[in-house]
Parts: sequence; C-alpha cells; structure tokens
Amino acid sequence: MGILERMMSKSEQKKVYKKLSKSSIIVNLSVIFVIFIVLNTLINTGVLNRYYSTILVLILVAIIMSTSLNIGTGFLGQLILGHAGFMAIGAYTAALIGIALNDVIVNDFLFISRNLIIFVIAGSGAMFTASIAGLLVGTPALRLRGDYLGIMTLGFGEIVRVIITNLEITNGAQGLMGIPRLMTFPIAFWTTVIVVLIIYLFMSSRHGRAILSIREDEIASESVGINITKYKIMGFVLASLFGGLGGAVFAFQGGFLAPVSFGFIKSVEIFVIVVLGGMGSISGAIIAAIILTFLPELLREFDQYRLLLYSGLLVVTMLFRPQGLMGTKELDPKKQIRKVYRFIKKIIKKDINKGSDL
Amino acid sequence: MKKLLVLALTLSTVFLLSACGSSVDSVKLGVIGPLTGDYSMYGLAVENGAKLAADEINAAGGVLGLDLEIIAYDSKGDPTEGVNAYNRLRDEDEIDALIGGTFSGVTLAIKELAKEDNMPVLTPTATNPDVTLEAGNVFRACYTDSYQGTVAAVFANESTEIGASKAAVLYNRDDAYSEGLAMAFIAEFETRGTVVETLTFGAGDDDYSSVLDVIAASDAEVVFLPGYVAEVGAILTQADNKAIDIPFVGGDGWDGIEADYASVAEGNYFGNHYAKSDEAQVVVDFVANYEASFGDSPNALAALAYDAVYAMVAAMEDAESTDADLIIAALAGLDYQNAVTGSIRFDANGDPIKSITMIQIVSGEHLVIDKVEGS
Amino acid sequence: MDVELFIKQIINSLNTGSIYALVAIGYTMVYGIIRLINFAHGEIMMFGAYFAFIIATSIPVGLPFFVIVLVSMALAALMGILTEKIAYKKLRTAPRISALITAIGMSLFLQNLAQLIFGANPKVMPQVISNEPIMFGNIAVPQVMMYTISMSIGIMILLTLFVKKTRAGKAMRAVSQDKEAAMLMGININGIISLTFAIGSALGALGGIFYSIAYSQVYPTLGVMTGLKAFIAAVFGGIGNIGGAMIGGYAIGFIETMTKGYISSRWSDAIVFGVLILILLFKPSGILGKNVKEKV
Repeated sequence: MGILERMMSKSEQKKVYKKLSKSSIIVNLSVIFVIFIVLNTLINTGVLNRYYSTILVLILVAIIMSTSLNIGTGFLGQLILGHAGFMAIGAYTAALIGIALNDVIVNDFLFISRNLIIFVIAGSGAMFTASIAGLLVGTPALRLRGDYLGIMTLGFGEIVRVIITNLEITNGAQGLMGIPRLMTFPIAFWTTVIVVLIIYLFMSSRHGRAILSIREDEIASESVGINITKYKIMGFVLASLFGGLGGAVFAFQGGFLAPVSFGFIKSVEIFVIVVLGGMGSISGAIIAAIILTFLPELLREFDQYRLLLYSGLLVVTMLFRPQGLMGTKELDPKKQIRKVYRFIKKIIKKDINKGSDL
Repeated sequence: MKKLLVLALTLSTVFLLSACGSSVDSVKLGVIGPLTGDYSMYGLAVENGAKLAADEINAAGGVLGLDLEIIAYDSKGDPTEGVNAYNRLRDEDEIDALIGGTFSGVTLAIKELAKEDNMPVLTPTATNPDVTLEAGNVFRACYTDSYQGTVAAVFANESTEIGASKAAVLYNRDDAYSEGLAMAFIAEFETRGTVVETLTFGAGDDDYSSVLDVIAASDAEVVFLPGYVAEVGAILTQADNKAIDIPFVGGDGWDGIEADYASVAEGNYFGNHYAKSDEAQVVVDFVANYEASFGDSPNALAALAYDAVYAMVAAMEDAESTDADLIIAALAGLDYQNAVTGSIRFDANGDPIKSITMIQIVSGEHLVIDKVEGS
Repeated sequence: MDVELFIKQIINSLNTGSIYALVAIGYTMVYGIIRLINFAHGEIMMFGAYFAFIIATSIPVGLPFFVIVLVSMALAALMGILTEKIAYKKLRTAPRISALITAIGMSLFLQNLAQLIFGANPKVMPQVISNEPIMFGNIAVPQVMMYTISMSIGIMILLTLFVKKTRAGKAMRAVSQDKEAAMLMGININGIISLTFAIGSALGALGGIFYSIAYSQVYPTLGVMTGLKAFIAAVFGGIGNIGGAMIGGYAIGFIETMTKGYISSRWSDAIVFGVLILILLFKPSGILGKNVKEKV
C-alpha cells in the first residue's frame, strides 16, 4: 500500500492540469488575437522590418520546437538529446514536398492562399515522417533508463545528420536550394498557436495526466493500471510529430537547408530552452524560447560568450533552481489581467480616498 | 506569459526605433563571414582584407567623395545566422552593397533574399557554382569549385612534376566546398586516367590513419585533397608519420599551410588565387600593409576580400552612384586591372575570368610552378 | 586480400582502441561509483591535451615526454575532482535527470571556456615524440602509436591490480556496490569519489595527449566525438565494469577503423552509432555488465 500512498501524496503536491473554464478560454483567445493583430500590423506597416519579422518567425519555430520537446522531456521526464533530428526530418520532408508542389499549385484556391495550401500539405508530410521516426526511436527506447535514452537519442540525431549529408535527394553538404519561401508571419503564428493549444489540451486530458504520473513514479503508475508502454510511445510520437512541423516552418522560412543547421548543438539549444523554462511548463518553454532566441540577436557583439553563458546557466539552474524559470506552473492571462485590474482599482481607490481626505 | 510577451515586444520596438536614424554621410559595405567558431580564421581574414582596403580607400579620399564604411557580422558558418546577419545589414545598417558571405552555404542562403532585394553582392570567396546562377545581382571575385577542381585534375595529369594517370581523392563530406572540388576533379580526371580510390572524412574526424593506409596500399600516383588548412595539416602530418610519399594536390583552402605545417607540406602542390611571392607591386604592397596592420601574413581569402572591396568601389565610381541598378550594371561591365589576385572581369553569370596559380611548397615558401589562364 | 594493409589496419585499430579504452575507463569508473554519465569527461580529456600543449610549448628546455605527461595528468585529475565538487556533489541525491543535465552543462561550459581561452583554431601539437616511423619489414608504424598502445596496456594492467589488490581499490569497489554499507564500514565516501574522479580524469587526459600527438592537433571540441565514442565503448563493455571498458574500447576502435578501411569511410560514424543502438536494444547491460533491476 505504500506505493499508493506515495502516489496520493504526490498528486496532491503537484499541480495537475485542469480543464480551462469558458471565461479563461475567451480571455486567452482574445489576448492571442490582440498580440497577432498588433504584430501583424507592425509588420505590414513596415515598423517591424524584415530583420525583425524573420526573428519573430524564428522565435515561433523555437516555441514549436521547445513545447514539443517539453512533451517528451518535461512531461514524460525522458532525456531526449536528438530533437534536432526530428526537426531535420520534418524540414527536409516539407522542403522536398514544397519544391515538388511549387510548380503544381500556382493559384490560390477560393479564398485560401496557395502558400497555405502548400504548407498544409508539406507540413502534414513533415509530421508524418517525423512521427514515423519518433515511433522507430521511441519503441525501443522504452527498454532504456534515462541516461541511456539520452545517449541513444543523441546517436539518432547524429545518424539523421549523417544520412542527410550522404543522400542525393537532400543535395548533401551542398545544401538544398530553391525551397519556396512561403512562410508568412500569419501562417507561422497560427501554426504555433494551434500546436501549443493541442499540446495544452492533450496535457489537460486523461492521457496527459497519465504521462505526468509516469514522470513522477513509473513503477507506481504501472501499479495503478497505467499502460506505461502506450503512454511513453504516445509522448514520444507527439514530441517528434510537432518537432517535424517546427522543421517545416523553418524550411519554408529560410528557403535553404543544410545539414550543418541540425547538429548536436541545435538539439542542445532546444533542450536548454526547455530546462530553463521549467520542465513541464508550456508557458515557461514559450518565455524561454522568446528570450533565448531574441537575446543573442540583441547581444551580437557578445556572441562568443553566448554558449558559455547558456551552459553556465544550465549548471547554475540545476544547482540552485532545478525546477527552471516557471517550474511546472503555467501563466494564466486571465489571472494576470485580474491582478492588473485589481491593482488599478486599488490605485484609483487610493486616489479617491486621498481626494476625500482633502 | 502574454503580458511578458507584450512587454518584450514593446521593449524590442523601442529598441528598434531608437536604433533608427543612421547617418547617411558614408557608403556602407556589409561583410558576412564566420568570425567565431571552427572556421573563424577565414571569416576574420575576409573582414581584415576588406577593412584594409577600406582604410586605404578612405586615406585616398573615399568613394564618390564619401567615407567607406565596412560593417562585418558573424555567420558562424550557419545559413540561418547568415540570413539574420544579412537582414540586419540591409534593414538596420542600410548597406549599399554586400561583400560576402564568405562560405558557399551561407551565400546560397543569402542569395535567395538578395535577389529579391536587388542588392549588389560581390562575394570574395564563395566558390560554389550555384552562387551566381540565375541572379543578375550576384558576382564573385574567386573562381568556382568546378573550375578549380578541373584545373587541379589537368595539373595532376599533365604537369611534368606529377604526370599521374592514377589518382586517389580524399575529401570532407560535410563540407560543400571540399565536396564540390572533389566532384569536379573526379569528373575531369576520369577522362584522362582512373580515380582508384575515393575516400571521405567528416567534420569531426581526426584519425585519418585508416584511409591513408588504404591510399598507400593503392597504386595512386597522386592524392587530391581539397580542404582547409586545419584538416589538411592533420592529414599531411599523419601521412608523414606513416612515411607515405605520394604527392598531394589541393585547392585554395590550403593557403597558409606553410605557417604551421611547413615540414609535412613540403613538396606538395595547391592551386591558389595568387602567390605571396609574386613580385608585382600591388601584391608586395598588399602583403606588407596587411602584415603591418594585422601582424600576420595574409591568406588568399584576405586578398580576395581586399580585391572585392576595390572592385566594388570601382563599380560605384563607374556608376557615379550608389544606386543598386547602376552598381550592378557597372559590375557587369567592370574591367578592374590592378588586383592582387589578377584582373577582374565577369562573364555572363557573374563569375570572374581569372587565372589559377599552381604553387609548390618548397622550404616553407610558395614556389610558383604554373599559371593556368582562365577560359 | 592485401595482408600488409590488413596488418596496418589492425595496428590502427589497436591505436584508436587504446585511446577509446583509456577514456572509457573514466566514464565507467564514475558511473560505477555515483551512477552518473559524466558528459564532461570528454572535455577533461581535451583539457589534458591542452595542458600538455602548454607545458611543451611554454617551457623552453625540452622536457622529457614522461614529465609532460605526468604533470598534465595530475592537472587533469585536479580538474576532475573540482568538477565533481562544484557541479555534481550537491546533486547526489537529486533526481537523475538533474545530475545528467548538469553534466551536459559542464561539458558545454568547459568546451566554451577552452574556446575562449585558447581560441577556436586548432593548435599544432609539438612533436614531443619523434615522427620517424619504425619499420617492420614494409610496414611503417608511427612511433606515437607504439607509445600509445604499449603505455595504455601497461596502465590498464596497473589499474586492474590497483582495484583488485589495494585497500583503496577495495574501498572503491565497496562504494560502487553499496554506498551506505560502505559508509558504515568506515569508508570515506567523499574521498573515494574524489579518488575515482582523479584516476578517471588522469587516464582521460592521457588518452587526450596521445590523441592530440597522433593526430597532430588540439582544439576545444576535440573531446566531443572521441568522448562520445569512448562512452559507446563503455556501454558496449557494460558500464561500471573496468574490464568491459577496455574490451569495449578496442572493439569500437576495431569496428570504426575496419569500417573506414574496408566498407565505407562515408558511413563509419553512422555504423558506430548504429552499433550503440543495437547494443542498447538487445543487451543494454553490455557484454560484461550485469542486469540490474530498477529498485522500488
């Protein structure tokens, strides 16, 4: 019975994802809409030039990559050091499909732009191939403990890179050229929103809770009837699937792919985002993705210290704040808005009170 | 989280607005290259070469009566970083023309955007044939991978020094430049003799003993080894340790090999853009000024960047404007004679018609063996 | 089949295998004691090579090879102990994933530190061992390979004796079997952990020095691929098992060299990683390791 008791106390301690209330959904969506409208207007009016709009899309790619890795590393608690491998598979699949479709689909269909049509087809292809890879890596990985799994995924990432370098269709080290650059900010933005939303809904479902329980205590979860095999594979496949989609966005943004962009360092960068943001926090991963993508651009002059800083932060975080920036907590805009609202109300009240004193 | 996002974006907007308002009293040239990381020696050479040229030009009165300014950004050798750097140069620094990127991969990624922008691009060192294809605004100051590989094959086969009919090829499969040269060499050499072994190594490899023994056991009379100094040096050292005495032939990536690897490189050959030992006044001056400014000896990349800046400025003077269309037209019709790496004239693609200097390393010095004229 | 070439490739295999074995021992010893994959071990190896480089280039009198090696090994040992004290000690009871992330962080940190101190460009290792090859009939064997193979085997014999026969060695084995029980028997756990890191790091540094002399260069990312392959060797032999690490080292060296020589130089890395994945799938405990059930 000891296990069950431990299980109970753990589930009490840890925050479990709750279903969103209706008002929360409305507030969240409207906040997202406002952000979109503001950014899109800034881009369309040219206030944010191409330099900044490109970085914005790269931030969105980083958000997709880190929230997807978060399923495997943050929620499932598995050490995955080859996420760039899934990204590469997705990017190359999408790019090849995109190149093939570029001459086939030339017109908009009704009110849907051809960019979107090509992206949806190519992105689906990317998710398909990446999730097949995830299945291939994830299934045997079940037999492995954390550290071995890390090494195995690292090996997987390296193998993907070697294969891409040696294949004819990917044009090897020369790099793949002529990919249609059809990634617009709206497509990237809404893709990211949908990915984050799906991951959130998934994590707040019964399946999500099962995955969280595996992270907390594998043996205990098994003893209360959770199918560990099924959920581990599910987590792995979902992580790789969205990782592949992130790769697709990346491919259509740059228009050029080379194996050098998907090395071990890329995997580490995504991993660092997840760890610093807080393993198991979606909003933490988003915040860390924004900061860690934007900061290096601001600090171009200090570039040589960037990786030193990242790695130092990684060690210091683990030593002094192993739960990361956000821990497993999430930010809820509704709560924040309420806080701001109360704060303003308080100030107004104070002013009124002061006024009455006079 | 959303609040933070908004905050971050507001901050970035403020930053962006404050960054505006750049001065207009100078002509700006952007430079992109790997300034940090494994290949930084090449990016830094390009930056230094460009800056040296700009200093000289400014001392002589500038261009179109304005100061010439060089703004260099790091690409880390990564295409995505290179594109970010280019966007920043275009949008934030508002450059008039681009000298770069240094590596082919980065330049190919930038090319797609630069084509849309109609940005005059003169890359000093990107040798991949695709760089200038179907892009009227992109030119280069160096010859292409395929031309270089072909010339090396002709040299390996025809020259009195080597005269080989059986060759082995060893190249870096992770590097577009190395692979490009190797493929061109193989295609040309196969028409003249046989390539008995084609072997590769990867970017992370250090142990070449196994592939070197395979080469030694073959009946190859020459080894074609396109690559950069660091890997070529290690390979030649290991070949020397194994007492392999087949001659090696390489490309312009070898330039500077004599600094650290003079003894093991002794007697081997490579094709280059110029020879440091050339007695032409412009070469002598360039080498002397470079050594005085930066404390070390210039490699071919520095010379090419130096020439590229001069050529770009010549085009601007011809166009009497910094208007992109006029510069591009002027570049297309340019005939710049007095360059360190020979005269610069462009063909219809935007590739230069230049000669290749075949060099042998003899007692740590460059000995000019042959000069193959461009076609 | 060319017999001469085959013999040469065997010698090459022994050479790379010796280096992998030396480095793999460090991984395996640390894992045996604190159940941690010390990702930073490859970087200790790299620093070992830099120490040798600095000593050999900065001291004008040509020091004998053995002095350079011993001083570098001692410095690397110190570095290993410090790494453990600073980064790992606090996390001994923390979840395993935290310790692993820290190890990855340390590895990257040391790499970038080296890049900042020494620059990214490779440094040319001075010829501390003569570059005249020794001829066995028609077969030229570089002297550094002779040194590497013979010294590695000698040191591995010494290490085996140390672990089997001495008091400290016995204490080490006791700690790796059951930390609490060992503590109750009066064994100084912290001391033994430090000793393990010291020995592992010193051997790793020796591997790094041989590596950089044989392949002529030393640079900040030198430990990454070699460290990874040495780790694969440790897993191959059964992690936690010193004898296994040696066998694994030679096995990986053999597989890699022979793949490059006889199958394809293009796919050798993919094949080595493929071997790793196959072993993990079919015998995760390695060829000499014991199966350990996860404790509840």
